[in-house]
Amino acid sequence: MTPFNLFKRKPPASAPALSAPTPPDGPLTRNGVRIDDTFAEAFGMAATAVVITAPTAKWAMIAAQTMTGFATSVIGCGCEAGIDRELAPDETPDGRPGVRALLFAFSPDGVEEIIVNRVGQCVLTCPGTACYSGLDTAERIKLGSNLRYFGDGFQMSKQVDGKRYWRVPVMEGEFVCEENTGVTTEAVGGGNLLIMGQTAAETLAAAETAVAAMSKIPDCILPFPGGIVRSGSKVGSRYTFMRASTNEAYCPTLRGAVETALDPDIGSVQEIVIDGLTSAAVANCMKAGLKALIDAGPKGGVLRVGAGNYGGKLGQHHYHLKDLLP
Amino acid sequence: MSGLTLTLKAPPAIRLNMAAVTPARLSDLTERDIAAINLGSQRTPVALGDAFAIRMGDARDIRIVGATERLDHVAWALSGGALTVEGHVGAYLAVQMTGGAVVVKGSAGPWAGAGMTDGSVEIGGDAGESAGGALPGASSGMRGGLIVVRGGAGARAGDRMRRGLIVIEGKAGAHLGARMIAGTAVALGGAGAYPGYLMRRGSVILGADAEEIGPSFADCGRHDFTMLRLMARRLALVSPAFAGRAAPAARRYAGDMATLGKGEILLLG
Repeated sequence: MTPFNLFKRKPPASAPALSAPTPPDGPLTRNGVRIDDTFAEAFGMAATAVVITAPTAKWAMIAAQTMTGFATSVIGCGCEAGIDRELAPDETPDGRPGVRALLFAFSPDGVEEIIVNRVGQCVLTCPGTACYSGLDTAERIKLGSNLRYFGDGFQMSKQVDGKRYWRVPVMEGEFVCEENTGVTTEAVGGGNLLIMGQTAAETLAAAETAVAAMSKIPDCILPFPGGIVRSGSKVGSRYTFMRASTNEAYCPTLRGAVETALDPDIGSVQEIVIDGLTSAAVANCMKAGLKALIDAGPKGGVLRVGAGNYGGKLGQHHYHLKDLLP
Repeated sequence: MSGLTLTLKAPPAIRLNMAAVTPARLSDLTERDIAAINLGSQRTPVALGDAFAIRMGDARDIRIVGATERLDHVAWALSGGALTVEGHVGAYLAVQMTGGAVVVKGSAGPWAGAGMTDGSVEIGGDAGESAGGALPGASSGMRGGLIVVRGGAGARAGDRMRRGLIVIEGKAGAHLGARMIAGTAVALGGAGAYPGYLMRRGSVILGADAEEIGPSFADCGRHDFTMLRLMARRLALVSPAFAGRAAPAARRYAGDMATLGKGEILLLG
């Protein structure tokens, strides 16, 4: 499980144990890949989306990557954020290349505080960019209406087709930002897949294959570096000041020293965490990842796929792998 | 069910006050009640049924056929629905309008859209003076909504406007956006003298030169404005002409420095 899942829920001291691994030749085998009869346990979150445009796709991406940096775990970073997809000029409000980024936090208030800070520091400052709402929901949070104060009284608002935009004069020219953006409380954080292979290199290659497929699913992000987390954690620690620590049952170098969850042929594990604007988006993303892993098969580096959960008592959303198989 | 159609029988001898002809007013009336509405603007009453042939239909979609510039107060305080005019209209088109859509195939007289707060007005021909402006004694002109004039407009279009958008695809007269409080007034064919005279906030956007820009506007130079790209895309459906002209580059004049000075004139190109 990811640091996000574990930190977020503050489970009781006697947290449920991880699911037991499926035997190597269990009934859920596809193309030589063993699928654990288990489920990913995920949690409700609040989320927003923004569209960042720039004169070139390069600068739109730079702004989006900067804005979504250091956002892997909602506890450790205050939010989870990532890039949903690149947008062609005809998909953006101002006809320039763009990127849609998603940001997740515990509550709409939290999302508002963080998105304003991040857009203010990472998009307003980035050459050529503009920032617009990327989520059309009835519930709105402030965006440009807070950032406008950077204009020190020289800012101007402009209402176009029922939407208000702020024009903030900056040294380069003008920064345009929509007054507000949508927020949803139907978002889900913490969908996950555990990818197990023989070696670290092979397992990483398989995880990259899954990430490539999962990144195409709209309304989802994979918030960890390159979409992959190598350091899944468990709740608690022998150290009282640590709320989470390494998940030794999945650490291959401890296999002989602890009660392991790994089969004898498993030498490395990578995890992919999924946050989505809806539960369906998370399920679709996991489904795409599973299909890519099964298609890759053992030759592609994956021997077994599992998922992290806490017995099903803590998260509202359960994604059973057997239901997501292609 | 097609809309309710009123066809003018003959050019009226006197100006007619069409204020009562709105979807909200006619929706619950019978043909007999509608025919009895007084349109007279003088002491002698003029029954609607005497001036117009009535074809009953959905009152949320009213069509006035054969209209002339003697029809005043068309779409007065319109709050919803659609009103289409085939022909010209007189003064006070869509004044105090709060919603709905008005389309005039011909031209409109003075004060079209004055004081309107929402909805859209499209004028196929020209607009008279003070389109979207302030009625005499009013503290502000247009306070929201959209006016598109396919032709030109008279003097003082957007006078004291507070909010909303006026797009004049032809040339505007003198004092376009004068005393503007906020909002946006566009004249693709340029404007007469002194656009934005005493404007406080807001934008006057010109597709061609004005006859003269006031000396209390400060030339800020030529720049690219992302906002113009945004406006062009958002308004492509209502004014393809504006969308086609709104290149991001414009010369900006800040003003009117004789007052608050937070407005601007953007000269496209």
